[in-house]
Amino acid sequence: MSTTLATPTRPRRQAGALAEDVVRRFGDRTVLDGLDLAIADEELVVLLGPSGCGKSTLLRLLAGLDRPDGGRVEVPARRAVVFQADRMLPWQRVLRNVTLGLRGPDADRRAREALAEVGLSGREGAWPKELSGGEAQRVALARALVSEPELVLLDEPFAALDAITRLRMHDLVRALRVRHHAAMLLVTHDVDEAIALADRIVVMRDGRIGNEHLVELPAADREASGAREELRAALLHDLGLVHQS
Amino acid sequence: MTDVGLVAPPVREEPYRESHAEPPAEGTTASPRREVFLPGESGRRTALGVLRARLRWPLGIYTTPAVVLVLWEVLARAGVLSPAYAPAPTSLLGTAQRLWDQGVLGPDLAISLQRAGLGLALGLTVGIAAGVLGGLLRSGEYLFNGLVQIVNTIPLLAVLPLMIVWFGIDEFTKVLLISFGAGVPMYLNLFSAIRGVDQRLIEMARTTGAGRLRLVTRVLVPGALPGFLVGLRFSLAYSVLGLVAAETVNADQGLGFLITQGQTYLQTDQVFVGLAIYSILGLVADQFVRALERVLLRWRPGYEAA
Repeated sequence: MSTTLATPTRPRRQAGALAEDVVRRFGDRTVLDGLDLAIADEELVVLLGPSGCGKSTLLRLLAGLDRPDGGRVEVPARRAVVFQADRMLPWQRVLRNVTLGLRGPDADRRAREALAEVGLSGREGAWPKELSGGEAQRVALARALVSEPELVLLDEPFAALDAITRLRMHDLVRALRVRHHAAMLLVTHDVDEAIALADRIVVMRDGRIGNEHLVELPAADREASGAREELRAALLHDLGLVHQS
Repeated sequence: MTDVGLVAPPVREEPYRESHAEPPAEGTTASPRREVFLPGESGRRTALGVLRARLRWPLGIYTTPAVVLVLWEVLARAGVLSPAYAPAPTSLLGTAQRLWDQGVLGPDLAISLQRAGLGLALGLTVGIAAGVLGGLLRSGEYLFNGLVQIVNTIPLLAVLPLMIVWFGIDEFTKVLLISFGAGVPMYLNLFSAIRGVDQRLIEMARTTGAGRLRLVTRVLVPGALPGFLVGLRFSLAYSVLGLVAAETVNADQGLGFLITQGQTYLQTDQVFVGLAIYSILGLVADQFVRALERVLLRWRPGYEAA
C-alpha cells in the first residue's frame, strides 16, 4: 500500500519501500547523495556499511522521522521501527509497552500473542527494569510486529547484545519472517549478521548504494560453506577492508 | 565462534606467562589486594542483624528530629535552656493541651488548614493546567513562561501589602498568597519535566503509530511524573510558607495569629506550639508525597537507596 496515488504514467509499485534519488545534508556535509533503493514485498534487505556512512540517516528517512532534502521516499503507512536500544517506556509494564500503538478491544490479546511469538509469555506484567537486554529487545520486536506492519525497519537492533543472544535473535527473526509477511530493512555493520539474515545485501558507499549481493543460500550454507566465505570476502572488499587469509 | 576460541590462547600466552612469573620473584609483599564476596546480609538475616538495623535508624527519617527533641528536653530539664527562651518539648505538650481546652487551638488550626487547602487547590489547579499547556504546546510556553518567571522572582512577602490594598485583609488575600506559593513551583517543575521527557521515547512512540492522545497519556504524562512530584513537594512546602506569611501579618484567627499573640504577650511556649504545628504540617505533606512516589514511581530503577 503506497501513501500516494499511482499516476497513469507511473505504474503502481509493489515495492515495500522506495527511495529515489534521495539527498540529505547536515550543514555542508552531504550524507545521502542521490541514493536509490527499492525493497520488494516480503524482502529482507540488509544495509551494510561502516559507521557514520549514513545508514541510520536513510533508515530515519524511511521511518518518516526525518525529511529528505531532495528526491522522493515512498513507504507504506503501516511501518514499524526497532531501534538499537530497546526504547521501552520504563513506566509501563511489558504488555502496555507492546500495546502502545494499538487500538481496539483486542489490543491486549494481540499483544499477548506477539509476546508469545518472541518467547516472552508470562512476562507481560514485568517492568522493563526487570528484563535482560535480550528480553527487552525481544519486547521491542514484539512491539514492532504487533501492528502487522508492511515495512519493518531495524536499526542495528542486536548490536548491543552478546554474541550468543545475538545468534538466538537471528533465529527468532527467521522464525518471525515465516509468520509475518513484511518487507524488512536491517541496518548493521556486522557482516556475519548480514549473511545470516539477508535476502539481499546492499553496501553503502559515498552516500549511495554501492554493490548489491543477492543471497540465495539455504540456512545451513549461511553458517559454513564455500559460498558463504566467497560472499564474506566480497562484502569485506566492498567495505574497503582487505581480507587477510 | 569456535575458531576464535582456538586461535586466541597462543597469542595471549606470552604476556600472560610473563606477568605470572613476576610476582614470586618480587616476593609476597607485592601481592595484589584481593576482595572476597560472600552471600550478602539479605541472604542470612539473623535476629541480631535485624535488631541492629532497627536500632541504627529506629524511626527512619524521623530519627534525627527525635534525637534533637530528646537533646532539647534533656538540656531544658538540666536548666541549660531557660523556659522563657526554649521551653522543654514535654511542657509544650501541656501548653498545647491547655490551648486546646481553652478552645483556641482547635478553631485556629481548622481555619489555617482551610486556608492552606483552598490556596493549594487554587494554586495547584492553575499551576498544573498552565504547566501541562506550557509543556505540551509552544504557544503555551510563550503564553505562561515569561509571566511565571517574573512572578517567581518577586518575593511573596513583598506582594502582600499590595494584595491587601487590592483585595482587603479578608480571606481572599490569604488564599491568593498561598496559591501563588503553591502554583509557581508546580508550573516550573511540571513544565521542565514535560520538556525533559526522553526525545527517543517520543520518537519511538510516533513510529508505533500512537496518536497524539496516546503520546500524551502514555509517554509525556508518566514521563513527567517524577518532576511533577518534585513540584508537588515544593508546592506543599511553599503553601505552608505562604500560610505563615499571610497569617502573621494580619489575622484575628489561625495559627499565625496564635504565634503573633504569643509573641506579643511573651508567651514563648505558645509561639513554639504554633511552630511545632507548622512543622508537623510540613512533615505530613512530605510523607504524603513519599507515599505517592512509592505508588507512582514503582517503575523507576534503583529507586530505593541502599
